[in-house]
Amino acid sequence: MTGSIKLTINDISHDVDVSPIDRLSDVLRDEIGLTGTKVGCNAGDCGACTVLLDGDQVCACMTPVAQAQGRDIRTVEGLAESDMMNSLQESFLRHGAAQCGICSPGMLMAATSLLSRKGHPTREEVEDAIGGVLCRCTGYQKIVEAVLDVDRVGNVIANPGQAVGARIAKLDGREKLTGDERYGADSIPADALWVRIVRSPLPASEVEIGSFDELIAQTNGLDGVLTYRDVPFNGFGIYPVGKDQPVLAVDRVRYRGDAIVALVGHKETVRSLNLNDLPITLTEESGVSGISEARQKGALQLHDDNPGNLLTEGTLRKGDVGNVREDTDAIAQGSFETCFVEHAYIEPEAGWAKRVGDRVEIHVTTQAATMDKIEVANILQLEEDKVRIAPTACGGGFGGKLDVSVQPVLAIAAMKFDAPVACVYERPESMMASTKRHPSEITCRFGADKEGQLTFAEMTAAFDTGAYTSWGLTVADRVPVHGSGPYFVPNVEITSRGYFTNSPPSGAFRGFGVPQAAIAHETMMDDLAVDLDMDRLEIRLKNAIAAGQETATGQVLKASAGLGQCLEALKPHWQHLQSETRAFNKLHQDSPRRRGVGIGAMWYGIGNTALSNPSTIEVGIGQDGKILLFNGAVDIGQGTNTILPQICADALGLPVGDFTYIMGDTDLTKDAGKSSASRQTFVSGKASELAGIDLRQQILRHANAGEAASLELSGDRLRIDEGGLVREIDLSTLEADVDGMVFRGSGYFDPPTTTLDKNMQGVPYATYGFAAQIAEVEVDLDLGTTKVLRIKAAHDVGRAINPQQVEGQIQGGIAQGLGLALMEEYVPGVTENLHDYLIPTVGDMPDMEILIIEDAEPLGPFGAKGVGEPGLVPTAPAIFSAIRDATGVRITRAPVLPHLLRAELKKQEAANECG
Amino acid sequence: MGEYRQPHTLEELQTALKAGTAQILAGGTDFYPARVGQPLTQNVIDITRVSGLRGVTEYPDHWRIGATTTWTDIIRESLPPIFDGLKLAAREVGGCQVQNAGTIGGNLCNASPAADGVPVLLSLEAEVEISNGENVQRLKLEEFILGNRRTALQEGSVLTAILIPKPAEEDARSMFLKLGARKYLVISLVMVAMVVEMDASGKISTCRIAVGACSEVAMRLTSLEAELTGHKLTLSLLDNVTEDKVKLLSPLDDVRASREYRLDAAVTLIRRTIERLVTA
Repeated sequence: MTGSIKLTINDISHDVDVSPIDRLSDVLRDEIGLTGTKVGCNAGDCGACTVLLDGDQVCACMTPVAQAQGRDIRTVEGLAESDMMNSLQESFLRHGAAQCGICSPGMLMAATSLLSRKGHPTREEVEDAIGGVLCRCTGYQKIVEAVLDVDRVGNVIANPGQAVGARIAKLDGREKLTGDERYGADSIPADALWVRIVRSPLPASEVEIGSFDELIAQTNGLDGVLTYRDVPFNGFGIYPVGKDQPVLAVDRVRYRGDAIVALVGHKETVRSLNLNDLPITLTEESGVSGISEARQKGALQLHDDNPGNLLTEGTLRKGDVGNVREDTDAIAQGSFETCFVEHAYIEPEAGWAKRVGDRVEIHVTTQAATMDKIEVANILQLEEDKVRIAPTACGGGFGGKLDVSVQPVLAIAAMKFDAPVACVYERPESMMASTKRHPSEITCRFGADKEGQLTFAEMTAAFDTGAYTSWGLTVADRVPVHGSGPYFVPNVEITSRGYFTNSPPSGAFRGFGVPQAAIAHETMMDDLAVDLDMDRLEIRLKNAIAAGQETATGQVLKASAGLGQCLEALKPHWQHLQSETRAFNKLHQDSPRRRGVGIGAMWYGIGNTALSNPSTIEVGIGQDGKILLFNGAVDIGQGTNTILPQICADALGLPVGDFTYIMGDTDLTKDAGKSSASRQTFVSGKASELAGIDLRQQILRHANAGEAASLELSGDRLRIDEGGLVREIDLSTLEADVDGMVFRGSGYFDPPTTTLDKNMQGVPYATYGFAAQIAEVEVDLDLGTTKVLRIKAAHDVGRAINPQQVEGQIQGGIAQGLGLALMEEYVPGVTENLHDYLIPTVGDMPDMEILIIEDAEPLGPFGAKGVGEPGLVPTAPAIFSAIRDATGVRITRAPVLPHLLRAELKKQEAANECG
Repeated sequence: MGEYRQPHTLEELQTALKAGTAQILAGGTDFYPARVGQPLTQNVIDITRVSGLRGVTEYPDHWRIGATTTWTDIIRESLPPIFDGLKLAAREVGGCQVQNAGTIGGNLCNASPAADGVPVLLSLEAEVEISNGENVQRLKLEEFILGNRRTALQEGSVLTAILIPKPAEEDARSMFLKLGARKYLVISLVMVAMVVEMDASGKISTCRIAVGACSEVAMRLTSLEAELTGHKLTLSLLDNVTEDKVKLLSPLDDVRASREYRLDAAVTLIRRTIERLVTA
């Protein structure tokens, strides 16, 4: 039943011919073209679709369009007046409140509803107002600050040569705050065929796929069904060999969510068909769940090439652990467990594709354009240049959009049907199908002499890599390298193993196994401190690795090892917070509230592990005087669209404000590598610097000017001033290349690393990030709940190219670390939505203070390293350390849900009574 | 594609109810989440425009809360202290978006074991009014919600209002506490709602305590209520709140919390509810 419905949206009347039951969000986006309203879950769990109805915030995804009729509908597109952003949008921009930007429209509308009722709200009122909107990037602090600071005006402007280090607003901030930004689901052609992937409801099953001819003939709106028979090379995976994940199942499925077939046709038709309607027979097998089952004799073997379900096994050996273990003064040991964790980016996987002659073009949300291109070309068995990946804006990735999702089926469908095709995951599909953080079982033993100097570190780490390899090998490499912590340890032995199970593929998730290992090594440090009666910060400071010392891989750090400075910077806070919590606990000794302070430290290798990972960046000036950065690095919210121009601008000597960029399009940019491993600022940043220098050289050579000359752009005139001798170039008169550039520079950087030998000795990374965080928590002893009150985070980033963005990365990392520590546990079939899978809301976040330490990295651009992942790594250890300080309970499993902590507290109570 | 009816009067609603099988829709906050990725094909009667179904009205011996009254309506309405618990519960429902759209009637009809409105309405001795177009029937809330997602609502009937009797005493207070694993947008692990009325001498003449999310349907703890009645509202009441008082509850053992924990937390929450009432 469709009919005409009249809507008044942002003061404009619209007549739409839709069904009254249609979700308002779908009508806004699909019928009216207002794609600023985002859809993250279609279930009211994320608030991305928040709009105002008569001034009150509602989720457009739960509003029948009939109920919006006759009411005043406001969307993000209605905030700006005649292209001028309003004061709230400007405040969001000024504060860096948008990272990926997918939650920004919802946040803005929720805050608008509050501000229309209350001009000067309190922090608590702001939190209540935006409590229904989830953000996975920012940690919320800058959003709250932006709402509170709505009345102020003014933005940071960086002069030529002063872009690096300036807190300039994101260059792509405006489009994210006005609703103009186009994400994966925002630019789908109206005539696109829809692709729906039918997935396995069972974790392990044999599959028989029949003929679809009859179904297709009988079903109106079903254009076709893709099966494995349509896939030229039916396997994908991160590494050049071992592409073990089928695009579409052949005869088996290996996890709940494994792709079986893909329906192609009219949107409503493909949505209405269920597995039961299809000629598919599943015969359930007894699958493998968890590491111990995977290891069992007689367990289902997931892959023929991996007996014992063992993906990989490796051991790092430095010095001689066995020799020193016996005569060490203090030994700590323990076993730790972590579970599956979901990325929960607010933008589900989405994209569309079309065939252009013998090529395929894919517009998709991704972290890795060139990897996607190579993968799709291999699946289609085409030359790589026959595939174009045009990344859309990415609404959060965190590692989860490194593996291909919709890309292969879209490419196959576009080529087969020669029509635009689109695929957008619903939230449950996104959660079922996508990769997860590796669950881990870690056993370790650390030793120290009586002064607290570490003598050895031993660790065995087993990882559940799920059904397919994905990034399993990377995790298996990262953990031995990092497992002894950011300390100088003369003797190290660490073994890691990855096991296949009938669970979602474990992939890349901010930290590649290092956050799991950090929980273990930091508990060891606390144990040793207790054993030796030392201060927890002091023992870390004593052991903090410094330039000139050898890592576990035998790499001598040459520079930029700033853990010591981080810990020194935290010291005053450490003492202050400890005395405050002691006073609090004394005052409240009869209450169930107990406060504690804890500390966690970490290090993190920047870039791929012991592999080449180059980046090429180009920059040019056009006849019109516009500076264009050919930027192959995908901005997933972390800010490369701003960081790379900042670096390039200072290398070139022109203002960053004159920069525009092309992001990620594989037809227009060179390979800058993937946005992962905290590598883009360091690697592509260096390439941007070199590109800027190169362009400057071209210009100076053309003008016959020396190094010291200054440049100035005014429209299409470029002035070169060399000590008062001014030359002016009329750019419009110069010959342009195919891209319209009259001058062009290029930069290439590949961080110097070596492969690792059989004992995993070598130089896996060119540089490392370091950090330490202090957490203050309050535990409710009777309920086992933990509230994190404050985090002080000190991070050595080499050089903060944009301090505001560095803070944002760390704050967002802290939010994810807090989730990992306290609430996030993905259980297939149980937590496949954002109300059963909990991520932190604004009300769960502590007050965060970021202390930026700049121990310059000589290899990096202007001394910079990376910060994307380090923000998350020390948080869970710091929180666990604080819970232990408050309660005496030593945490060995993440997340420490209230019922688990309460059980430990009761155990402790009982033991104390007995003793 | 189904029929979508949007009656404006009770008469039109009656006609719509008689027209055939249809899903009643109010705020949509349970309807849409149950249909993620599915085509919306069923017949629907949207009752949000029916006049007289929204808002709180005071009568000599009771209050009437229309079924389509939203949680925000309740928060914004000026109401006596016996509704404090209901207002607290309203603030804990989802986020502001859900409070603005979700209705009190819908919360009851959806009959989730973790429904935020149920324990507090049990503690208020609420009745529901059901209409099938010809007859209007009143049922105690206990008789209306039968189990997990099961109610006494018959095909062709609609819940039109919730009726709250007025307290006998002048001094009537209420309280509500919810425990979840995060601050906003969270499904309850345990909820406790409590109403106490004090006679002129300050002794508890009426006491009602309900616990939610710890059984298929939220439950009253009648034996504990009886124990507390006749005493003054002081902290010494806490001694009565012992583990055996929650034994009749049968909470789930799931990924969010163990059964043992929920019982344990229920005891703690009951004690804290009393503490808050004492200090209120």
